[in-house]
Amino acid sequence: MLEQILVLLPQVLFDGFILGFIYAMIALGYTMVYGVLELINFAHSEIFMIGAVAGVEVFRYLAPLIPNGYLLLLVAVVVGAAVAGLTAILVERMAYRPLRRRGTTNRLVPLVTAIGVSFFLQDLVRLIEGLWHNEFFLRMRTMPDLEGAFTLFGGAIFIQTKSVIVIVVSVLMLWGLTYLVNRTKLGMAIRAVAQDLTTASLMGINPDQIISRTFLIGGALGGVAGVLFALIYTTINPYVGFLPGIKAFTAAVLGGIGNIPGAMLGGLVLGQLENFFGTYLPILTAGNFGTEYKDVVAFLILIFILLFRPQGLLGQMVKEKV
Amino acid sequence: MRKIGFLVAGVAALGLALAQSNVIKIATMSPLSGPQAALGEQIKLGAELAIEEAKPRFRQLGFELQLVPYDDQANPDVGVANANRMINDPDILGLVGTLNSGVAIPASEVLARVNLVMVSPTNTNPVVTDRKLPNVNRIVGRDDVQGPAAAEFVYNDLKLRRVFVIHDKTAYGQGLAEEFRKRFEALGGRVVAFIGTEEQSNFVPIINQIRAQNPQLIYFGGVYSQIGPFTKQLRERGLRMPLMSGDGLDSSEFERLAGSQNAKGAYYTTVAGPVSAFSQAKALTERFKAKYGKDIEGFGIYAYDAARVILAALENAIKANGGKKPTRAQVAQEVRKVKLEGITGTIEFDDKGDIKKAKYFVMQVAGTGNLADNKLIKVIEVAAPQK
Repeated sequence: MLEQILVLLPQVLFDGFILGFIYAMIALGYTMVYGVLELINFAHSEIFMIGAVAGVEVFRYLAPLIPNGYLLLLVAVVVGAAVAGLTAILVERMAYRPLRRRGTTNRLVPLVTAIGVSFFLQDLVRLIEGLWHNEFFLRMRTMPDLEGAFTLFGGAIFIQTKSVIVIVVSVLMLWGLTYLVNRTKLGMAIRAVAQDLTTASLMGINPDQIISRTFLIGGALGGVAGVLFALIYTTINPYVGFLPGIKAFTAAVLGGIGNIPGAMLGGLVLGQLENFFGTYLPILTAGNFGTEYKDVVAFLILIFILLFRPQGLLGQMVKEKV
Repeated sequence: MRKIGFLVAGVAALGLALAQSNVIKIATMSPLSGPQAALGEQIKLGAELAIEEAKPRFRQLGFELQLVPYDDQANPDVGVANANRMINDPDILGLVGTLNSGVAIPASEVLARVNLVMVSPTNTNPVVTDRKLPNVNRIVGRDDVQGPAAAEFVYNDLKLRRVFVIHDKTAYGQGLAEEFRKRFEALGGRVVAFIGTEEQSNFVPIINQIRAQNPQLIYFGGVYSQIGPFTKQLRERGLRMPLMSGDGLDSSEFERLAGSQNAKGAYYTTVAGPVSAFSQAKALTERFKAKYGKDIEGFGIYAYDAARVILAALENAIKANGGKKPTRAQVAQEVRKVKLEGITGTIEFDDKGDIKKAKYFVMQVAGTGNLADNKLIKVIEVAAPQK
């Protein structure tokens, strides 16, 4: 058994990173919005899905015009990020801001609204795609120059060009976000609003504007994750955001909700766990538990970690002073 | 007082007129939206063509034929809800459907309450007819023959001994995979893994397991909507071993989802023969293309025959009933007594509703993008197991 595990380990670890980076990018959307609003934006899973659908449509319509796969992917990423980010802003304006204005102190209200928006977006996309293309189970068009593959270490790791692209783009996005949050004025404003909204507004920051921009950035990241998801897994549908969304949210909590590096770490950890147990569970349990139990194991580990460290891996214990 | 009297008389007359309406409806139920819509639509259109062609005959008998298509989205809950609606429409006298055994089994129990007959062109799980419901029939073979037929093909014809089995955890896919495993192990082969998955996008963990086990063949009990992306990811990761499946692969969508190069060479058994296997199918193919602008595929032909079975039974029932609209129980009885030379062969039912002699076809994907090009490797004709 041990030999079986070791033989595959490099490949499994590599594949875990691909999944992990996608989860990390989605998790960032959850954590940033929670940071500034203390709201779990459940609609973010659909923002991710909208990015994926936008990517598919860009590939569908622009592939004849842009024969270069890399350029086409760049366009798709930009369009996906833009569409997803704009949807996020719209959702914030129409669904969450009116509730903030009303001053509801019960935090369940925006939460339930978010869930409602999530369902609404799923079926809105299904309707639009149904009317537009008469099908809503979509295939991402393949570009030949993106379909390459190679092996490393004498065949120990099989790497697709697409996987490398996903990892490179994800790292760039995450690095870009860290730079934005830590080194720019906008980033400082976001951190200020996340720390204390009232005081930040007293310092001359327009909280509504910052909140909108936070939704834009988080949504854009989710959109990029969606395009990359469509690139790797090729078939997408309006309901494809649900499960990755829940997992990414859990990853954000694992890393410490509201904490940006935490979300990245949480995403990577969850991606690795899921992929690891997905591959090894039958081997480890001698066939008694199949691959379909990978999510169970990943979430059990999550619960375990939160039991002993409820603030998440990188979060800080916030003591409420009476 | 008089006004109310007229009103009551008018409503009663209307009610009487409606009850004796001369409309006969035949329903179809299959996925018309969602990932399996390509197969579901074939069923609807095949039945529709048969009904359109029968309309003049029925008008002479004094009845107006209509098709009522239902979309079950391959979901048992939706199927049962549709079935409840069907039994409440008194004009519906028969159902052609469903595609998925997992939908047919619960939905047929609803229909059994009022004896509404169901003739299936595609359900292959043995349980569908093993319950001996008098209103359930099928004109295709069963998975307890399809699965073992595949196992024997792999063992005897392809001469392979180590197989990795995957299924989609539905009544159809899991049933097929288990039948395959039973026979393959009985023959002396080894099933190195037996995995169930509902995964639609990310097959990487399973593919890594396949890489570790290095089987000679992969047998996947499932439908093209899952097997297509799986095959694509499998081949993209450099794994070349042959793939085999059941009739869930019998659609041009499989090649589109997997990519022709990746799909090429995949074997599948199907209970719905290719158009080329039926000598009389040519004329039907042309009529279908003229009416709908697309090619008829395996299940479309079977749906056409299934509808013709119901139509023949309806004609017999109307004549036996003295020219009046028959009851649902009468139609169900007549369906069981039908002997029809269909495009797919002789159709006769045994006491469980299985077709007396069913055909099973072993096919191989040609990879040309055209389903009709797929190679027919073997035809097996077997009587339904008597249990």
